[in-house]
Amino acid sequence: MEYFLHILILIGIYTILSISLNLLAGYTGILSVAHAAFYGVGAYVAALMALKLHTPFPLNLFLAIGAATLFGAVVGIPSLRIKDDYFVIATFAFQIITFSLLNNLVSFTGGPMGLPGIPQPVIFGFTVSGHIPFLILTFIFCVLTFWIANRIVASPFGRVLKAIREDEVFAQACGKDVSAYKVTIFMIGAGLAAIAGVLYATYISFIDPTSFTVMESIFIISIVIIGGAGNLWGSVVGAAVLVTLPELLRFVGLPNSVAANIRQILYGGLLVAFMLWRPRGFIGEYAFGRGNKAEGSRQKAA
Amino acid sequence: MKTGTLLSIENLNKHFDGIKALDDFSCSVGRGEILGLIGPNGAGKSTLFNVVTGFIPRDSGAVYLKGQNITGKPPYKITQGGIARTFQNLRLLRQMTVLENVLLSYKNQPGERLGNIFLKRKKSDEVEAVNGVLAMLLLSQAGISSKAHDMASDLSYGEQKLLSVVCCLASGAELLLLDEPVSGLNPVMIDTILALIKKLPEESKTVILIEHNMDAVAEVCSRVIAMDAGQKICEGTPAEVRNDPRVIESYLD
Repeated sequence: MEYFLHILILIGIYTILSISLNLLAGYTGILSVAHAAFYGVGAYVAALMALKLHTPFPLNLFLAIGAATLFGAVVGIPSLRIKDDYFVIATFAFQIITFSLLNNLVSFTGGPMGLPGIPQPVIFGFTVSGHIPFLILTFIFCVLTFWIANRIVASPFGRVLKAIREDEVFAQACGKDVSAYKVTIFMIGAGLAAIAGVLYATYISFIDPTSFTVMESIFIISIVIIGGAGNLWGSVVGAAVLVTLPELLRFVGLPNSVAANIRQILYGGLLVAFMLWRPRGFIGEYAFGRGNKAEGSRQKAA
Repeated sequence: MKTGTLLSIENLNKHFDGIKALDDFSCSVGRGEILGLIGPNGAGKSTLFNVVTGFIPRDSGAVYLKGQNITGKPPYKITQGGIARTFQNLRLLRQMTVLENVLLSYKNQPGERLGNIFLKRKKSDEVEAVNGVLAMLLLSQAGISSKAHDMASDLSYGEQKLLSVVCCLASGAELLLLDEPVSGLNPVMIDTILALIKKLPEESKTVILIEHNMDAVAEVCSRVIAMDAGQKICEGTPAEVRNDPRVIESYLD
């Protein structure tokens, strides 16, 4: 039972991560491979605050979101000046830098030893300990993240994001400050990813840099693509599938050392398969509306 | 109809690696005027649009809109200042609906500011609803309201060109720069779009029209400028320009 709850909590955390990346990659068309860095900044800020300054959880959460949002600006403002492939490389560089800092600032972050003993969240005097309370906490933040993201993408602001994805020049010609929109959504995505980081750090109670590598970024990208870019429900489904699938391997009875490698193969294989046969992911952008005609034209385009 | 100068272009120069796309080009456009811009391929017509709207930086010279210097401003600011444009290679949001294309063009939308989505939801929803009605009205005037919820890519080529003009109208801009709005279209669609353009001065809008179709130019434009090699070679009524030996020569080159 606990194992089952553990999986649900992980699905929740990855749902938050993939929704936040979906805002960037799926809706605005900016593919960042630095998402694990923001996830990590959130986790480390909250952990360090709790361990070194013993500040309360809500404040730590708030500061973690703030720090990741600011870091989003630091990464986004220079990177978003360049386009497409070069942007991906720039975010890749920031991802590597962040990992190296976490790994090498030993006196501050604990380096490869990580930060053990992160206290459980205390919210209004209630200590969130055990699987069920933590699942509830994760669920609340999932709903909140989904709500925020949904408000954004369903608004005229979201329409500008989609316009930037479709044709940046056209968006400019319509009088939209494209770079400001890109930086804004990049910062929002970073801030939301930090929520997942805080939840992860306080749930596992131990963090080290290996949880926030470029592989983790790619895993989040896989969730967005396989779930369906440009659809928030796609991110939920994608997180559920990609977190659960490798767990099923355990029941096949493979030894752990083999299972770990098969996981990577599985992700890679799935990603290739989806790119080839279903580039829209499980749930495409217009899965719930706009009629069959719209859906048909997207298929043609794909 | 209001009078006076809306746009004035002074001594614009732009060269691409030794090719002069704009060579000391000057002109001015009065309010409510439909100015035709003709010339052979490579004469610098589209470059002029790109420089005026800020998409390409100029080498020297200046552009004034309503007396204000807009040279060097980013494209989005120039659009907000009142210049809307279409593109020769027809840019639209093809994977978004026709209605969304039009809605995007409205300026000063409260719902496009992040804070308003969460804090002033009512206000942004109201403006969105009003824009929705206005957009449908524009689409029905253009005769494509039945396709409002189709993808822009599902429209015919002519309807897409029509839609790009409708987007310019939605922007509320006073000056419309239309880059070949009727080239490659069937006669019926040409008439539809020209009829739409002809009505614009009544709505106190000003137009600069790039077009190779001389009959179309003659039908809607009061004044025509012929360009070649980045320079103005002739200016006058459509009939005058059509019979000017320099224009005939430049097209025969």
